[in-house]
Amino acid sequence: MALKDITLGQYFPGHTILHRLDPRTKILLTILYIAALFLSHQVVSYAVVIAVLCVAVALSKVGLKAIVGGMRPVVVIVLLTGILNLFYTPGEGEPLVHVWVLNIYVEGIWSAVFMILRILLLITCTFLLTYTTSPILLTDGLENLLSPLKWVKVPVHELAMMMSIALRFIPTLIEETDKIMSAQKARGADFESGNLIQRAQALVPLLVPLFVSAFRRADELAVAMECRCYHGGQGRTRLRQLRFQGCDYVALVLGCVLVAGIVLLGQFGL
Amino acid sequence: MTIEVNTMEQPILRADGVRFSYTTAEGVAPVVLDGVDLSIEEGSFVAVLGHNGSGKSTLAKHMNAILLPTGGTVYVNGMDTAEDEYLLDIRRTVGMVFQNPDNQIVANVVEEDVAFAPENLGVPPQEIRRRVDEALKAVGMYEFREHAPHLLSGGQKQRVAIAGVIAMQPRCIVLDEPTAMLDPVGRQEVLSTIKTLNRTSGVTVVLITHHMDEAAQADRLVVMSKGKVIADGAPKTVFQDVEGLRAVGLTVPETTGLLWALRQDGLDLPLDALSDEECANALYALLH
Repeated sequence: MALKDITLGQYFPGHTILHRLDPRTKILLTILYIAALFLSHQVVSYAVVIAVLCVAVALSKVGLKAIVGGMRPVVVIVLLTGILNLFYTPGEGEPLVHVWVLNIYVEGIWSAVFMILRILLLITCTFLLTYTTSPILLTDGLENLLSPLKWVKVPVHELAMMMSIALRFIPTLIEETDKIMSAQKARGADFESGNLIQRAQALVPLLVPLFVSAFRRADELAVAMECRCYHGGQGRTRLRQLRFQGCDYVALVLGCVLVAGIVLLGQFGL
Repeated sequence: MTIEVNTMEQPILRADGVRFSYTTAEGVAPVVLDGVDLSIEEGSFVAVLGHNGSGKSTLAKHMNAILLPTGGTVYVNGMDTAEDEYLLDIRRTVGMVFQNPDNQIVANVVEEDVAFAPENLGVPPQEIRRRVDEALKAVGMYEFREHAPHLLSGGQKQRVAIAGVIAMQPRCIVLDEPTAMLDPVGRQEVLSTIKTLNRTSGVTVVLITHHMDEAAQADRLVVMSKGKVIADGAPKTVFQDVEGLRAVGLTVPETTGLLWALRQDGLDLPLDALSDEECANALYALLH
């Protein structure tokens, strides 16, 4: 069943230094890395950001296969971006290739390569974050980092709770979808043939019971949560306390150094 | 057929003439509970038996203020459930386990889920850790503490749900048909967990069920029909009224059924031999 192969928020348990870093550190590092990525414009700075990510991937022991596998859904977008950049970047001097109304300049080639690299690196670094951080720690980290927003009345705790419940129910709802599909197939439903519109229509008898059951689950879960004294984020404590350790400070300093380095390289036009 | 209630001590749960009806859009209000009086002593193991629509689940939901009575009063350890200020105290005193284990597990790691209630109560982290370990050991799920709940069997999930309630350290646990969605193995696991809890930790247990054999294991049996309590007493005594129970759509345990049928044929057998062994002994005594 293809549904079970969904890799949303997939996490590879492990005990590497990347797994042990505080989730907040990893989220901040990801942001710093993305900043460095967007500040890079020339070959040398790109080489630096690529090297940094390669080291991180090697440290995580996640394996290239998982990372390359995760790229599959975005191949089309990456290629499209590359092609558009290739043709639509205007350059000075003579075009290298001239076909009909399309011109390819040297600048276009560079811009396409950089753009493709930028997207791929962006995806890889966010993958690295979810691959090495369990969903619950990730939500904890986000809640913690966003907590200053409470002062401007953003319901941070509620958002984090919603996110973690959504993650909790993904496998349950996938199981349920499988069950409903089997039940409908047993009664002659056909999900696999016909054109796009027919297939979309065939999904209606799948989605209606799925939604009905999801709402019922939500209702029961709400009652069960109230029974266990849930009353919002106020006065709540946590089983796991997030704590910055030595390696977290080192990692954050290194992240800042990377951004500063890239800015410096930019000053020299590298 | 009522037990003389010890009025010296305050009961953990007390229902005084509880009436409840749902308000529907048409204005027709079907009466679900029709004047229920019930008093449950601390430390007892009470089963509430009734077929579908008898109001037993509705009564359960009154025991920790999920539903409020439309008439009469429910007291939890002396606190009126209709008083808003007692709400957290009531919920902390009476824990509730529901039918579908999937819909009461909040987190995607077993121990995180068990920690949910103490986290809500603002218990300090080390104390949460201690309670979580203790609760998981009490239900025999300690070695699964780092597992994802959706990979466990139904019986295991339900035991995690029970652990999640125990971690709150309630004085009473109400279980609303906790075995209805489980296979026979899962049912057995959950039942023996409940019994151990009652015997070893002295937690008051209220088990809502429609299984006769589960009800037979309790110290006290309350039978409900059409929103009323129609029998209340020790299982042995209650099940003797075979005709009365059948009249409200309930069966009796197979042992009682057999003895009753033989008695109808004029044999001299006691009706209170409830367990398989007692029943076998009674038959053996008759033959010799």
